Amino acid sequence: MYDGGKIIFGIVVFLALVTFPIWFNVAVGKTDFAPDPKIVTVGEQCMASGEYMKRKHMDMLDVWRDRVVRDGQRTFIAPDGKEYEMSLSNTCMKCHPNKTEFCDQCHNYLAVTPYCWECHIEPKETTEVANGN
Amino acid sequence: MADDKKKPEELANISYRLPEKSWMDTPVDFRKGTYNYGAVAEKAKYLGLPHARKWQPMDADWQLPENWKEIILEGMRERLDKFRSFRIFMDICVRCGACADKCHYFIGSGDPKNMPVLRAELLRSVYRKDFTAAGKIMGKIAGARELTVDVLKEWFYYFFQCTECRRCSVFCPYGIDTAEITMMARELLNLVGLNIDWIVTPAANCFRTGNHLGIQPHGFKDSIEFAVDELAELTGAKVEAPINKKGAEILFVAPSADYFASPHYYTLLGYLLLFHEIGLDYTWSSFASEGGNFGLFHSNQVMKRLNAKIYMEAKRLGVKWVLGGECGHMWRVLHQYMDTMNGPADFLEVPKSPITGTVFEHAKSTKMIHIMEFTSDLIKNNKLKLDPSRNDHWNVTFHDSCNPARAMGLLEEPRYVIKACCNNFHEMPENTIREQTFCCGSGSGLGTDENLEMRLRGGFPRANAVKYNHDVYGTNLLLCICAIDKATLPPLMEYWVPEVDVGGIHEMVGNALVLKGETRRATDLRGTPYPEPEPAQSEGKEVAKDV
Amino acid sequence: MGIIISLVAVIALTLVAWIGAGTLGLHYLFGVIIPYLALAAFVFGLIYRVVKWAKAPVPFKITTTCGQQKSLPWIRHNKLESPFTGWQVFGRMLLEILFFRSLFRNTKMALKKGPRLVYGSEKYLWLAGLAFHYSFLVIVLRHLRFFIEPIPGFVMAIQNLDGFFQVGLPIIYITDGVILAALVFLFFRRVINPKVRYISLAADYFPLFLIGAIALTGILMRYFEAFKAELIAVKELAIGLVGFSPVVPEGLDVIFFIHLFLVSVLLMYFPMSKLVHMGGVFLSPTRNLANNNRNRRHVNPWNPDVKVHTYEEYEDEFRELMKAADMPLEKE
Repeated sequence: MYDGGKIIFGIVVFLALVTFPIWFNVAVGKTDFAPDPKIVTVGEQCMASGEYMKRKHMDMLDVWRDRVVRDGQRTFIAPDGKEYEMSLSNTCMKCHPNKTEFCDQCHNYLAVTPYCWECHIEPKETTEVANGN
Repeated sequence: MADDKKKPEELANISYRLPEKSWMDTPVDFRKGTYNYGAVAEKAKYLGLPHARKWQPMDADWQLPENWKEIILEGMRERLDKFRSFRIFMDICVRCGACADKCHYFIGSGDPKNMPVLRAELLRSVYRKDFTAAGKIMGKIAGARELTVDVLKEWFYYFFQCTECRRCSVFCPYGIDTAEITMMARELLNLVGLNIDWIVTPAANCFRTGNHLGIQPHGFKDSIEFAVDELAELTGAKVEAPINKKGAEILFVAPSADYFASPHYYTLLGYLLLFHEIGLDYTWSSFASEGGNFGLFHSNQVMKRLNAKIYMEAKRLGVKWVLGGECGHMWRVLHQYMDTMNGPADFLEVPKSPITGTVFEHAKSTKMIHIMEFTSDLIKNNKLKLDPSRNDHWNVTFHDSCNPARAMGLLEEPRYVIKACCNNFHEMPENTIREQTFCCGSGSGLGTDENLEMRLRGGFPRANAVKYNHDVYGTNLLLCICAIDKATLPPLMEYWVPEVDVGGIHEMVGNALVLKGETRRATDLRGTPYPEPEPAQSEGKEVAKDV
Repeated sequence: MGIIISLVAVIALTLVAWIGAGTLGLHYLFGVIIPYLALAAFVFGLIYRVVKWAKAPVPFKITTTCGQQKSLPWIRHNKLESPFTGWQVFGRMLLEILFFRSLFRNTKMALKKGPRLVYGSEKYLWLAGLAFHYSFLVIVLRHLRFFIEPIPGFVMAIQNLDGFFQVGLPIIYITDGVILAALVFLFFRRVINPKVRYISLAADYFPLFLIGAIALTGILMRYFEAFKAELIAVKELAIGLVGFSPVVPEGLDVIFFIHLFLVSVLLMYFPMSKLVHMGGVFLSPTRNLANNNRNRRHVNPWNPDVKVHTYEEYEDEFRELMKAADMPLEKE
């Protein structure tokens, strides 16, 4: 007795599972989508390099939060010596008020769900919709 | 063995310390009392086994055929292609070690090569070397090793130090069954003429005379008639025991030890009394006078050759179905192999109890049922008048035999019968019964005198559990439904728990069974006198126990 | 011995990726070619192994019964430990594969004075095994976020569940800690338990170290600022790979290539190692067969013709003796 049918079925299931990303992308995917965060330049330049920000903004924000909330410090000295207020809403979002087109671009792409907005009020572009309620 | 016999305290002083050196570098030591003698050439020749020769394991030169290595490797290749179990079990072990302390031989000897995982590695290491890419390239790092004469000797020693009890397979997360691996290894050893006498001689006898003991037809008849006479003396019953009777409804097959050895014999008396009492239309067969099958311990081919006679004889005698007696490995063959090997038994009918009308649907293909299934059905349907007080001199416990427990699942039927026939029944600790039962230590053809030390070691876990029951409940009788048990548990008990005797369940049935018109028995089936009854009690004794 | 060899092997593999992708800058080799080869080796290797098993028949139905058989209607049949029907076998296999039923039975034997043998429950191996395998599964599923777009809800759900405690930033995944703890336990069990150490081969330590190294590099990239990877680039690479239009984006660091290379090694190693138990466990004949042998005949495709001893031969040999004993005969 070989149980060939059952084994072939098993192999097919295995193949289907392993190749899930392939056929999922073909069927419903938007593989040509590449996140393109829109930068609205109110300021001339960011407090740190784009390269640094791409990878480590979350660590910086984490440090900011702790300094502000726990230590009461509000001033941040950037690598280039400039001083900034440590504030997501007032500093970051001043230049990047477009959460949907800026933050969410990459966050959604990578399934990142930061809990910034559990405390902070989201910037205008989205609050307008919320105010409609 | 007599003079160099170790005391129980010494034997139980088991060291589980492991050698410093790797197991691959630890050679096998053929220590007296721990291995079995080689097969007698004449018997091996009778079965037509390859390379039969005069040979003993303690010889320095095993006189292997010149191309022995080729034969073994070719045999391995063949079996890897024929048995999925073999291939899977060679490939998927992760050496988690869950099986390590589950083997009675490991528990009793502390020898690491008795850990099931390592027993399998003995074969697996050669498999890796010759059948896998990793082993071919990386050798020892990948756990591979060359097949040498020393490896072969190690195989012989350790694969005849496994009783194929399957306890390890219960615990393995992948169900790897060392019994299966041992069976493969023994088949391979057979290819180069390495067999043990205690397997080959019974198998050859069985092939010729129909039973392992080599009892010829007239001797068989004598034995059964002797039992009939003895029953007349013990109970006054005039029992009929037809032999080779054509047209009987049922063919009854029991292990040959039942009619030739003690305490099996009392079980035989129990069967005969039971069949007499219910008026069963059945027959014994001198040709199929063996339910057991030592071929199971040798190779699938010899197993099939020995097993064939049961259906052949059922057909010749024109019976409707087959009933099987109390035996362990016999039931592995009947339950898991017979129909596949020698079926389909389309000339038989689905077993139906002529007494209760119960149709044994679960055996509708093989057409053979276990006597525990048959008797428990009788008791359930109130067809037997039982007086369990006739077993009051026994305080019993029940040893699940490996094969009925782990290759059949026959767990409740024997307990039901015991409870109906005995007032004093206590289970052994839970890790030692049912599917976790411990082997008697002498199964699968290893029950020889020359192997006695290993048997006593292997039986230690079982004996220790019996001792527990003896100490706590006063157990004095160990019941079992296996002929090898009945042969090998008595010396085991004598060594470890001398206060405990061994018996079969149908001995208890025979004792408890109140025959029509019978008032009182002077003795039990062993001839032990019952105490004189006090006048008021005699009436109560006839009342059947309601279950 | 096996420990050192395995450890050295994993360190060497790490160095290979370090030098190859880092010093020599062979990003296409380590980012595209090797992962493709590894995936092919994994998929086809595993199928090859399964097909090889499948080609060998199951000649006998050799179920290991761990409970009461189905016999008489008034005896309670244990459907999961001694399955009679296909669905009951399915149930038994589910228990084995999802919950490691057999390992759950594990006991520990000890020889006490008396002599007295005692058996205690021993569930740590079961627990660690289960923890390791489920963590691994969750981690693999979480990684889907790099391979597909848009990311389906179930991946988000798994991720949220895994980060249930919302500790740290980025949120610490429970499975990251559990898999490390399980690996450490399994390793130390192998080293400390003398029996297990005695049976262990290099092939037992190697996967532990390899998977450990994979987990560690992953953890470094997620939680430690100095090793943070540029995830957009990672996803671009991953999506390119599964879409068969591979590109190696800028911004990928050595540590990412080490992680990816070790995963590739694991994939390649998988089919030729004990890790094939993933497939083999489904095919184990002592577990995946019904205990209905006497009810339904199992066919052996190579059932051999064997020389049997017939009744006629038997009677021929013993006729005179049987006659003298007054036993019925076929031929007088």
